[in-house]
Amino acid sequence: MNTFVVLVEDHPGVLTRVSGLIRRRGFNIDSLTVGHTETVGVSRMTIAVEADEFGARRIEANLYKLLEVLRVDNVTRQPSIFRELAILKVKTTPDTRAQIFQLAQVYRARIIDVSTESLVIEITGNEDKVESLIDVLQPYGIVETARTGRLAMLRGTGIASTPPGDEQDLSAVTAEEDLISHSV
Amino acid sequence: MKKTGAQILWESLVREGVTCVFGYPGGAILPAYDAMLDYPIRHILVRHEQGATHMADGYARATGQVGVAIATSGPGATNMVTGIATAMMDSSPIVCITGQVGSKAIGSDAFQETDITGITLPITKHNYLVTKPEEVARVVREAFYVARSGRPGPVLIDITKDCQQSSCEFEWPEEPKLRGYRPAHTPSTREVEQALELIHSAKRPIILAGRGIQLSNAREAVLKFAEQANVPIAMTLLGLGAIPASHPLNLGMMGMHGEAWVNTAIQEADLLLAFGMRFDDRVTGNVKTYAPNAKKIHIDIDPAELNKNVRVDVGLVGDLRQTLEQLQPQIEARDRSDWVDYISMLKGDSAVRDIQNLPDNGHLYAAHVINDIWRQTKDHETIVVSDVGQHQMWEAQYYKHEEPRSLITSGGLGTMGFALPAAIGAKVARPDAEVWVVVGDGGFQMTMCELATIAQEGIDINIAIINNGFLGMVRQWQEFFYERRYAATPLVNPDFVKLTEAFGLKAMRVTARGEVVPAVNEARAHQGTVLIDFRVEQEDSVYPMVPAGNDLHNMIRRPSAIIETGADA
Repeated sequence: MNTFVVLVEDHPGVLTRVSGLIRRRGFNIDSLTVGHTETVGVSRMTIAVEADEFGARRIEANLYKLLEVLRVDNVTRQPSIFRELAILKVKTTPDTRAQIFQLAQVYRARIIDVSTESLVIEITGNEDKVESLIDVLQPYGIVETARTGRLAMLRGTGIASTPPGDEQDLSAVTAEEDLISHSV
Repeated sequence: MKKTGAQILWESLVREGVTCVFGYPGGAILPAYDAMLDYPIRHILVRHEQGATHMADGYARATGQVGVAIATSGPGATNMVTGIATAMMDSSPIVCITGQVGSKAIGSDAFQETDITGITLPITKHNYLVTKPEEVARVVREAFYVARSGRPGPVLIDITKDCQQSSCEFEWPEEPKLRGYRPAHTPSTREVEQALELIHSAKRPIILAGRGIQLSNAREAVLKFAEQANVPIAMTLLGLGAIPASHPLNLGMMGMHGEAWVNTAIQEADLLLAFGMRFDDRVTGNVKTYAPNAKKIHIDIDPAELNKNVRVDVGLVGDLRQTLEQLQPQIEARDRSDWVDYISMLKGDSAVRDIQNLPDNGHLYAAHVINDIWRQTKDHETIVVSDVGQHQMWEAQYYKHEEPRSLITSGGLGTMGFALPAAIGAKVARPDAEVWVVVGDGGFQMTMCELATIAQEGIDINIAIINNGFLGMVRQWQEFFYERRYAATPLVNPDFVKLTEAFGLKAMRVTARGEVVPAVNEARAHQGTVLIDFRVEQEDSVYPMVPAGNDLHNMIRRPSAIIETGADA
């Protein structure tokens, strides 16, 4: 699985361009999240795609061909933090409620809504943790699941979120300063 | 002074150097058509919007300048789709302008509304939906810049009717501002060094010369490189003409219907130098067995082309001419005469045999027709526009292209019906050139309505129909791979001579070999468009042939000497 952090112009239709491009090149998007960034007019997408190394490079190079794509970082093999948020509605009975509360505590998940027959749990973590909580809650009956998909950020001072400045001239770049990987 | 969106559109087009557009009016583009009359623009009225896009494409391919097509919303726009996809596959710079319903009606399924920006998303380099007159000048400026820079391609501008009608101050942007657009790249010194090392150690190198040479005007650079390093050159279909056919290092065309010795040389090479080509499946055959012993250097302006179909050892991302000029001073001369001699030996005597000397067996073969057209036109500036199918391959084999942009054909998409309208575009772009359409009887009927455009606009081209009464290439595949079960390939054709005459144009029919040259010369001498219906051998096939997906060296050869020619020895 490859994770791309993609900075794009905040224009109508950009999401369609990005998702359509990945689809038509024969890849399957596992998850895609999009939201605003610290820079006005720039949105950040985190895209998880199943692809081998060559496939990942093709995706990256093709993304750069979209005029509205400002920057692409494949953070898969860089030290990164991956997070996902999920909210789960679980069936409860007076007998099971306490058990579910305990499980939630183990996962450092929060109970955000309680009713007589169900409760809603919010969990944040990497996919493994979310999957694991879903597994242990399954026997109680999960009524509804909502997941955000993967978010990614480089650890330490590395930044995958600086869009090229307005004045930066990208019309002619040398390989040394090029963001696109050339050879393999 | 305030101008309407429609006026700004034309003002901007004129500033981009546009003098001619190909189009078809309709409701949603009417304000633009009305404003057009006040600007110095020649409008070619087509008979189908697909024709307009092919004409713009032909215009672009003949000159390297951006071609412009214009149509209305809905069906006008969707009719352009085939032409846009054709331009996309062959990196042809065109700008298509479509009208759109009023911005308030968008999404309401209004009359003649279609989401053309959505439809053309995967087949344009970029597209725009413009709803405000303030955006028009900027968008036109950007569209032309995007279409022609980097790897060229089609750009579509969809303009709402209210945008064309409302007014604002006209402001022409000095520079297009696109912060995410990266049209140009330069390879790193490390990559250049790696490439040089491979080049210098290669004993059996071969250049694969593609359309990129035409697009970056790199003929001189490639020739200098090839001559200095003594490397033979194989051509792709869209590369033909980029290197003179008569150049001693030019081996001819590679691929599915390429020369046998070229494919053999590629399979035995120890270094492939891919110059502005993209390892299309029609040139590689089975990629698993493709050039198994060769290192590969790929020079392309589009980073997404590297390692797409064939894994390469060194990829140089950059403009071909500039990259070669960067390599040039460091290329050491090498004697590779063993290798060059070996390839000459592969050719045998077939390469020098002249098909015109073969005895006339009473049949008219397409090869003779094309070779005769070549002989009669080779001393003049000639553009041949071929369609798609058998005749396209025979054209590539028997017309010896010497000049860049002298062959225009739909390579990547393989669009039947391309030739006639593209030739109109080419003639409009280069009125001094002699333009020949080489087209099959099937493809001609896909866009033959443009004969009316020719008549109305006074276009002077010559049309050679290679008429075998079949969808020939499909018939050939049925013969080879489907036990001669000719499903839906025999054609009952109209009388092409009478048909052409109905448009007020001159037409002739040729059925024997001896009639070819006189007919060609009569057509050339005639002022105005002439169509010649060449009735050729019905079940002739293109040889050699690498069946789709087969190993490049496993070619089907001509079974008997019907006409033993250079191309299939």
